[in-house]
Amino acid sequence: MATKASRSAARLMMAPAVVLLLGWMLVPLIMTLWFSFRTYLPLRGGDQGWTGFDNYVRFVTSSAFWPAVQTTLIIVVGVLIITVVLGVLLAMLLDQPMWGQGVVRILVIAPFFVMPTVSALVWKNMFMDPVNGLFAHLWRFFGAEPISWLSDAAMPSIIMIVSWQWLPFATLILLTAIQSLDSEQLEAAEMDGAPKLKQFYYIILPHLGRAITIVILIQTIFLLAIFAEIFVTTGGAFGTRTLSYLIFQRVLESQNVGLGSAGGVYAIILANIVAIFLMRIVGKNLDN
Amino acid sequence: MARAVTPRRKLINTGAAWAVGLLIFFPILWTILTSFKSEAQAIASPPILFNFDWTLENYGVVMERSNYARFLWNSIIIAGGSTILGLIVAVPAAWSMAFVPSRRTKDILLWMLSTKMLPAVGVLYPIYLLFIQMGLLDSRAGLVIVMMLINLPIIIWMLYTYFREIPVEILEAARMDGATLREEVLYILTPMAIPGIASTMLLNFILAWNEAFWTLNLTAVDAAPLTAFIASYSSPEGLFFAKLSAASTMAIAPILILGWFSQKQLVRGLTFGAVK
Repeated sequence: MATKASRSAARLMMAPAVVLLLGWMLVPLIMTLWFSFRTYLPLRGGDQGWTGFDNYVRFVTSSAFWPAVQTTLIIVVGVLIITVVLGVLLAMLLDQPMWGQGVVRILVIAPFFVMPTVSALVWKNMFMDPVNGLFAHLWRFFGAEPISWLSDAAMPSIIMIVSWQWLPFATLILLTAIQSLDSEQLEAAEMDGAPKLKQFYYIILPHLGRAITIVILIQTIFLLAIFAEIFVTTGGAFGTRTLSYLIFQRVLESQNVGLGSAGGVYAIILANIVAIFLMRIVGKNLDN
Repeated sequence: MARAVTPRRKLINTGAAWAVGLLIFFPILWTILTSFKSEAQAIASPPILFNFDWTLENYGVVMERSNYARFLWNSIIIAGGSTILGLIVAVPAAWSMAFVPSRRTKDILLWMLSTKMLPAVGVLYPIYLLFIQMGLLDSRAGLVIVMMLINLPIIIWMLYTYFREIPVEILEAARMDGATLREEVLYILTPMAIPGIASTMLLNFILAWNEAFWTLNLTAVDAAPLTAFIASYSSPEGLFFAKLSAASTMAIAPILILGWFSQKQLVRGLTFGAVK
């Protein structure tokens, strides 16, 4: 059906989107690469010329680098484990017949729609505040000493806040996947006397495999970039400085653009490693 | 689904699911409730769940003190403007890829997706610098453009998956009946495409509304949307729980309501059509 005319029309229709995205990708990317090889301190002398790979070496050898990598990994892996495990359990629960399923679904999904600055502030003040927070009340009720969550247990607190935000996403996608499971398969297994645990392990989990992979990949990309949650809670203090936050501080707070840009290039490479796997799955899906 | 369950089993499911659902929803509920308390009752020990003296005072104070309307307006302009602009660019692109696919369509789609993976912090300074040089820093126009660009891949992908579901046979049948290209587009394709476009619009509006990296870093006063409005409540003002809650409720209420309508599209939009 595609004639030569319609093909060139199609190309024309695509052009604005392609040009815009190409510009959006290439211009900042090239600038970041450029800065990363230069000594560039906007407030202290400006652009002072080439330094080769100096920034790259300095970024990696600075004392803040490895802790930041570690923090990033702990947050990403921690949130992934919590959201995927709870997400699978929740999705299975929500898939069961019950009264008011629609309402429960809405309750579970709601946190996803709360803007990051709000959820971080609400958790920080109204739940984790060591004097007036709800947790403090709860701890005192049980006769325990309230915890200053965001300074004494900063990492678990951040992981908790971020998990609360992302659990709905995981649950929703896994629920959609579970609902596409042929219930006859489960009935057959049931009739053959397969115990529930085996049904879960051999039928449900393999069926969810692809959805879980997608949840992990997409969340990883977003989690590597979390910003507002740290910005308004700890500001990167108490061991919560992630790689992205470190780069942010280098670039905007200490105005060392060269160094920050080198960090940015590392972040881009890291994100692309994850992205390649995601693209492969999505690409396969396009073929059917 | 024809799985038979005993009423007892169903009761247990219902109880468990509601308990978990309410637990997850609780922080939001608590925020909304606290927004109607007086500051004293907001920090009362033990906490009061329902039987406090309901008051609207906090809303009044927050609106008066912080010019809430301006932040709200900025959010609406930025989220709405970027969504509309994005659709104008994306609809033709998704349309042509869905209906006139070529050998390179798949590669183009995947490449577009890959631009979404670029970590924002990696290109923060270049964008910041470009914004300063073009006078776009702290301007709504600048944020509309950035928001449009970061969400463009999602818009195109979502539209593409919707458009692909429109059966081509219908077009062929219409052509047999002598429909012109204009009639085809106007009377057949457009009505079938509108639901997909509407859901794309909705999801994209939500994503742009909640975006909190560029909006925090590229605005100061004039163009600051609700994300920045709330961020300004980090200490010490945040310690006034009732006012913080009122501000938070006002920032999330519109999007919570929209979000509930879009839950089905959310899955498709955020997994790039890989899970439907």
